[in-house]
Order: sequence, then C-alpha cells, then structure tokens
Amino acid sequence: MSSSRKLVAILLGGALIATATAWAGDTTTLTPPGQAGDHNSPKYYKGIVSQKDLQVWRAEGDGNGKLAQYKPATKIGYYKIGTTPTAAQIAGWTIAVPPSGQNLPAGSGTSDKGATIYANNCAMCHGGFGEGANNYPALVGGVGSLGTPGPEKTVGSYWPYATTVWDYINRAMPFYAPHTLKPDEVYSLTAYILNMNGITKSAWVADAKSVPLVKMPNRNAFNWKDPRPVTHNIACMKNCVSASSIKITSNALTMNLTPRLTGPVDHMKGGK
Amino acid sequence: MTKPNRRDMFKLGAAAGATLIAASARAADTAPAAPPADNSWSDSLGRPVDDRPYGRPSKYESSVVRRYIPWLSPTRLADASFTPLQDQPGIITSNGLFFERYHAGVPSINPAEFRLMISGRVKKPLLLTLDQIMRYPSVSRIHFIECPANGATEWPAAQLNSLQLTHGMIGCAEWTGVLLKTILDEVGIYPDSRWVLPTGSDGAHMDRSLPMVKCLDDCILAWGQNGEALRPEQGYPLRLVVPGWQGNVNVKWLRQIQVGREPWITREETSEYSELLGDGKSLGFTWVMDAKSVITFPCPEKPLTQGPGFYEIRGLAWSGRGKVKYVDVSLDGGVNFQRAKLDNPILDKCMTRFTLPWWWDGKPALIQSRVTDDTGYVQPTIVQKHKFWGKDPVYENNSIQTWQVLADGKVNNVQLS
Repeated sequence: MSSSRKLVAILLGGALIATATAWAGDTTTLTPPGQAGDHNSPKYYKGIVSQKDLQVWRAEGDGNGKLAQYKPATKIGYYKIGTTPTAAQIAGWTIAVPPSGQNLPAGSGTSDKGATIYANNCAMCHGGFGEGANNYPALVGGVGSLGTPGPEKTVGSYWPYATTVWDYINRAMPFYAPHTLKPDEVYSLTAYILNMNGITKSAWVADAKSVPLVKMPNRNAFNWKDPRPVTHNIACMKNCVSASSIKITSNALTMNLTPRLTGPVDHMKGGK
Repeated sequence: MTKPNRRDMFKLGAAAGATLIAASARAADTAPAAPPADNSWSDSLGRPVDDRPYGRPSKYESSVVRRYIPWLSPTRLADASFTPLQDQPGIITSNGLFFERYHAGVPSINPAEFRLMISGRVKKPLLLTLDQIMRYPSVSRIHFIECPANGATEWPAAQLNSLQLTHGMIGCAEWTGVLLKTILDEVGIYPDSRWVLPTGSDGAHMDRSLPMVKCLDDCILAWGQNGEALRPEQGYPLRLVVPGWQGNVNVKWLRQIQVGREPWITREETSEYSELLGDGKSLGFTWVMDAKSVITFPCPEKPLTQGPGFYEIRGLAWSGRGKVKYVDVSLDGGVNFQRAKLDNPILDKCMTRFTLPWWWDGKPALIQSRVTDDTGYVQPTIVQKHKFWGKDPVYENNSIQTWQVLADGKVNNVQLS
C-alpha cells in the first residue's frame, strides 16, 4: 500500500500530475474505472482473448446468468458509512492490468534498455539469461517441454498473456523492493524478457498498445472451466480391492527428505 | 516432566529419585512420583495472576510449533510453514500454530493507516477505514483455509515422513467480519460486474480474480480470528475469507476490492495455482478444495508407543463444497472400511473430527481414512488422482493418506499401488 498511498498524497497535493497520469493510466482518454463504458469491456478483448475463453470467464463470473436476477438486500449507500473516493484516489489504488491492457500507463521501453535494468535488479535471482538461479524461477526457455516428463514452466513456455508479465513486474518486483520501478522500466523489462524468450524482436517497443497484442505461445493451453469432479467413487465398505493387489510403491522413510520434527525448528544442513 | 530439585530428592530418597528420572520420559510406564510425596509444584506457590498478560503454552509443549521444509523455497520470505496437526486435539487451529504462506514476507500494518478501496465497475465507489468497516452488520463463522499446495510433495511419491509436512498447510478458525456481499450491496453492482479482484497491501500486492457469484454468497471481510484480532501472519488488520476455496484467494492485508467485467489473469492464477496436466494442457481457476481427510493419530510423529491393546484412531476431515457426511477408516490398506464416529459440530466448509476405537493386535497395518461429503463426492486414491491429474500438477492433492503401522508401533508415510 505504501507506494500507492504516497502516490495519492502526491496527487492530492496537486503536484506532479504528469507522473501520476503515467502511473494511473491515461485517464484523459479512458473513462475512469467504475464508470459504464470503461476500458474493461468486451470490445477491447477482440483479437486478444478467444471467444471461447471469454464465454467461459463470463459464465464463471455471473454463475451462468444468475447475476441478472440478483437482488441486493439494501439500497446503495444505505449505511452511510465511509467516504466517496476521488478519481485520483481510485487511480492511485488501481494497479491491476487485465489482458485487455486496461490501466497500462503511458510510457514505453525496449529490450536494450531492459537488459541494463535486468542486470542490475533481476539477474542475481533469475540468472544472467533468465535461466533462474539458487532455486529462484527461470523466466526463459521450456517451450515444448510442458507435455514431457520434465516440464519447464517459464514466462515464455507457460504464461498465457504478456499483460501479466507487465503487471507482475510492476506490482511485485524486484523482490527486495516491490512496486518501485517506473513505467518505462517495467516496459523495458517486459520487452527484454519477451525478447530473451524469442517472442518479440529486439527492436520491438513495449507500450500500452503493443503489450496486450503479444501472442504468448501457451495462450490457448489453459482450460478455464473447472472439470471436477473427475472421479465418481462410491464409498465401498467390504472387499473393495483384492488384498493381494496391494503393494507399497513408495515409503517416505527411505527418502531422507524429512527435517527433524521435534525440538527447535530444523533448518536442515545446507538450508537457508 | 519437571526436573526434580534437591529438596524432592532428599524427601524421596535415592531409590525414588531413580524412579523420578525414569518417569521424566513422557509416557513411560512407571509409577508416578506422587503421591504420597508431593511434587515440587504441589508444595510451593505458582506464578501470580497476569504474570503473563498474553498467555503462552506450557514449556513442555515447546516442540509443538509451525515447521517448514527448508529445501522447498529459495527464501523464507516467499515460503510456507505447516500446522502441527498431530498436536491439534479438535477442529480449531490455535492462532499461533495456523500455517503461514507469504509471497513477500509479513507486513506490519498500523490499523490507523489502513484503508480499503472498493472501486471498479460499481455504482458508488467507497473508501473505508478499519473502524468504519467494523460498523457494518457482521457475522462469525468457522471455516478451514487450506493451501492448494497442501500435499504437493506427495504427488510423485511418499516423500516426507510426517503428518505436519504432508497435511499441515491447513488451519480452521472462527472468522469474524462483514460479509463481502454487504459491502457490494452498499456500492451497487451492474449485471455485468462479473468479477472481483481483492488485492493485498503486502510487497507482493497479492491479487486473485474471483467470480461475483461467490463474492455475493459467503465471503467475509474478516478482522477477527479465534477470539482476537487477526494475527499479522493471517492478514492483520483485514483479510478476505473465501470459504472452501484455495488458501491463496483468501487475500491477506487487504487494500482494495476492485470490480470488473472480466478476470485479470494475474500471475497467481497463471504461473502459480494452475495445474499442468500430463498432456501439457493446464487448468486455470480450480478454486474449490475437494473433500479430504487424514488420520492424525497414529501418524509418523505420534507412533503407538505402548504395545498392543486399545487405541483410539483420531482424525480430521473437511470439504470445500459443503459438510462432511461420512468418514470411513480402513486398517488393511483399503480392502475393508468401517464407519468412524463424527464429533459435533459438523459445519459447512469446516474441519470435522472423527474417531474409531481400535484394539490393535500388534501386527503391521495399513491405515487410511476416506471422507464422503454431502455432495456425495468420495475422496479418491493417489492412483485415481494420477489418472486425471498426471504425475505432478503440484496442486489439489486430496488423495487418501496411507499410514504404515509397523509391529514396533512406528508409523511411516507410504503410497500403495
């Protein structure tokens, strides 16, 4: 909250409006969030999210149309508690970027600029080439590995939308100083990581228009509709399986992976 | 057991002193030191009232703590610790033992500086302080919260010889707060306000997209946990409780409830908390925690130490879809089952305690529990789980646990064919 709160303070102070606009999205051209006709509407998903996935999301969200029948228990503002936030406050709080690219700020970045920022802020955990280091996640590689016995889940092989890359770097990275990068830096890092994965070319410019349009390799491999239940057992009570068929296939005692479970917490030798 | 002091030793004499030392091994089958002689705590004064204004457990319970798996995560700032279920007598998890999961450490939040923004596709956005949130009509309900990675290490094989580390990413508590529905009615939604994005104020700014229909059903903006304010580890001063759904959607340290038409497809619902199946396809949005049960006594941490005879098998069961209906226990690796006794209360999306009397003959046994919930769903075996989910989808392992009881009473975590 701290950086957003600081931003709100800046906004309310009336200074640095340009910076604030960069952070909060181009509010001069977009309808503020919460108003009918804001940017998070179906037409902005055309060419980005498949019709099938959009339909699944809508059915999940409104319970297959249940929401249309919803009757609130009280009128809006019934309890007369709290304050109405200003548009600037809402913009300061609102950092999430969906696949449509809503709320992406002004600014841009390139892979070249991203390489320097990455070397200084990211490589110590994610490795010089995004290969991961010291058990921190790899960002690069693994395309084609997901259906094999050794799947490698990376930004390039697994993440379905490039907006998620921008959003996550912006909200949570670098790990030791989250949400401290400027929009141009986040765009540059997005460009660098996508370029390392061979998804965008080195001359590609990341900005609010281009990032949502990036086609990630694994986009259509996600099933957003929960298929469960996928087992349909009955609660058998007698002779459910033949006793002779039961074999022990693994025993944790022999794995030697368990920390000590009594006395002070065991950090294990070679642990953190 | 307390160490005998010099005066006790003098009173009891050398022979009795030896007995005392033997008795200091817990559960040792020896005569108690008293009566006729008093123990030291009986012929002296104890501590006064309010000596410990915030109480703590007996020093003899110091092994009952949250523990973690040191090789699991690169940093304890984004790691998990586990509830010691082997020492949880009933359905409520003590606040100090409730499992932890953070993505950027535990923030320290001054409640006076706390604000909750409710915005996005709503008719009248609202900004609330904590005191203001506490004025709305409230509810108090007992629900479990389970991390979908609970049991993740056990997908490929039985790996950790521990109940705590295979099943302890769950806790059950009484949560007190305002229904999210109350606040959503207050701001007003549109027929296409289909999705809700709770966001935390920790460094991770943790966020997950939730369907509006769930948010209007039973979700709670909670500030109370088991008779006190939320612990910082659990989201102080305000967290979302999403009954029966994956732990990570119960966003802690809340800063915003954003409403929109479509989901946001955040990192925590793509890169993490999605299941990669064997064929390379993945499941997103697997929110519900399916029914699961486990025997908490005996278990690897609590072997049978007193030879053949009577023991009570004890355990816990729960379902993210409703109430526990039956728990059946097998002593022979799943050939035959007996129906266990369920203790009241049996509540919606809540832990339920079960017991079964057992006259152990001292022979090796393969003991299991299997829950059926009130939707009719029956807990599957790990072999059944592997058929649909592949060898290692990381999340959603609710398979039947098998404990191997050996003739010497020791207990191991095993998997069966």
